[in-house]
Amino acid sequence: MAEAEKTEKTEGTEKKGTFVEKMGSVDRRIIFLLIGLAVLIPIIIEYTTAIPTSPLVQNLFDKIESLPPGSKVLMSFDYGPSTVPENQPMATAFTRHIFEKGHKLYLMALWATGPRQSEALIEDVISVEFPDKKYGEDWIHLGYKAGNQGLINTLLSDFTAMYTTDLDGTSIDEFPMMKGIGSLTDFDLILGLGSGFPGTKEWVQFAGDPGDIPVGGGTTAVMAPLLFPYYPRQIVGFLGGLQGAAEYEYALIKQYPKYEEKSRLASTSMGPQVWAHLVIVAFIIVGNITFFIERSRRKRY
Amino acid sequence: MEGQAILTTPLAHAVGVWIGALLTLMIFSFLYKDNPFYKFAEHLFVGVSAAYWMTVAFWTTLIPNLIARLWPSSMGSVLPSAVGNERNWWYLVPLVLGLILLTRLIPRIAWLSRWAMAFVIGYAAGTNFTRYLQSDFVTQVQSTMVPLYEPQGTLMATIGYTFSQIVVVGGVICAVIYFYFSKEHKGSFGRAARVGIWVLMAAFGASFGYTVMARISLLTGRMDFLYNWFIGANW
Repeated sequence: MAEAEKTEKTEGTEKKGTFVEKMGSVDRRIIFLLIGLAVLIPIIIEYTTAIPTSPLVQNLFDKIESLPPGSKVLMSFDYGPSTVPENQPMATAFTRHIFEKGHKLYLMALWATGPRQSEALIEDVISVEFPDKKYGEDWIHLGYKAGNQGLINTLLSDFTAMYTTDLDGTSIDEFPMMKGIGSLTDFDLILGLGSGFPGTKEWVQFAGDPGDIPVGGGTTAVMAPLLFPYYPRQIVGFLGGLQGAAEYEYALIKQYPKYEEKSRLASTSMGPQVWAHLVIVAFIIVGNITFFIERSRRKRY
Repeated sequence: MEGQAILTTPLAHAVGVWIGALLTLMIFSFLYKDNPFYKFAEHLFVGVSAAYWMTVAFWTTLIPNLIARLWPSSMGSVLPSAVGNERNWWYLVPLVLGLILLTRLIPRIAWLSRWAMAFVIGYAAGTNFTRYLQSDFVTQVQSTMVPLYEPQGTLMATIGYTFSQIVVVGGVICAVIYFYFSKEHKGSFGRAARVGIWVLMAAFGASFGYTVMARISLLTGRMDFLYNWFIGANW
């Protein structure tokens, strides 16, 4: 309460201050409002921007592109609904590419909230765009298992010790695409889509490195800096946040122009990113200018 | 599955979207100032999350990983694939450890819970130690021991490669020097430590930039949801 009064008092004083002082202590609600507008307006006018693919993303794209048809790709959904705007466009772009190349897709999750996200992928992409792909032959949903990195550790030595059934409880022995899967080393590529622990980092540490299995994936932007040290020796490539997803979409469209209209989930969200960043950068510049001006005034008097 | 079927009806979907939109607005209202609507949404979120995780833990961990291993024949309606499996008596060990953990609730024998905790910590330490050592130390050191000069086809590409490798190797050495406190940071050693600070600052700056991008991505997702709700596109 006392703090609120103090703030009001300060704000009252600043009304009488110079322009520089006002800019130096602008009300945080004005910043929120401007950020909100910078995000909302590009959504309304559907402003998009093309993001050229970086080597980090291109490497992963090339890896999937170079795998022979019928290769086994494991995609783990290690995120929840809170990071869907970042992770789901990655899953969508990967799935399109994997099926376009005729690979086999194995869906699983280290997070309990993961299967709901993979179900959304099945409803929105697999069922709609790839109805000819057969469950159990071209793709399978293995669901979530508890155990975090311990689960990966077990799967590395014995996959069927943990996964005896698919998500619906059907024995995996009934699915042709599960034949020959004894451990994680039987997969040609592991894609970890993560937003925290356990996630892509654990796939590198507990599967990729000890099993010498190619690992790639995508993470939220917050997690991305933690993965850079693994590239390129321990991780094939990865999508860092929404920008990474937009870069992958760009590579996909470049290689398969038929996705020009469909594959724009991340690209359309990059418009608000650009404008929101401009607003933030502007405030950082203004904040610094006012700081230095005020400091030089204090020194003078 | 029954719950999912109910939620897929158009009316239920529309109600779900409206509830989601109103709760999002209640949370956003905190940006103006704290208020009862925000508090309601926050408390609702905490309560629903706690209940959700408790249910998920019961059905995805306790039932398949413990009960189904000890009493597989009783899993008929819950986990049909477990019926017919052999009973595994080894799972009595985690059952006992799990029960011991609950002794924390009884102060007189609370010390027993330390046994279970010791097991958990021991397992985690043992599992993680070798993997972290291999992936985050040995291989990282190997990745830093790179040739500074390697022809890349064109002169510019070679210069770019060499510059990049110098930044990696030099950056790592300087950053490590900054954390070496057994020698005073003076002279050339001090200058290297100073460069180490810049390297760390650059890393923190990159992390901050990525964090901003992540938060704006999430805001974009919510704004997009609210906009579609407002124009009636998603309900």
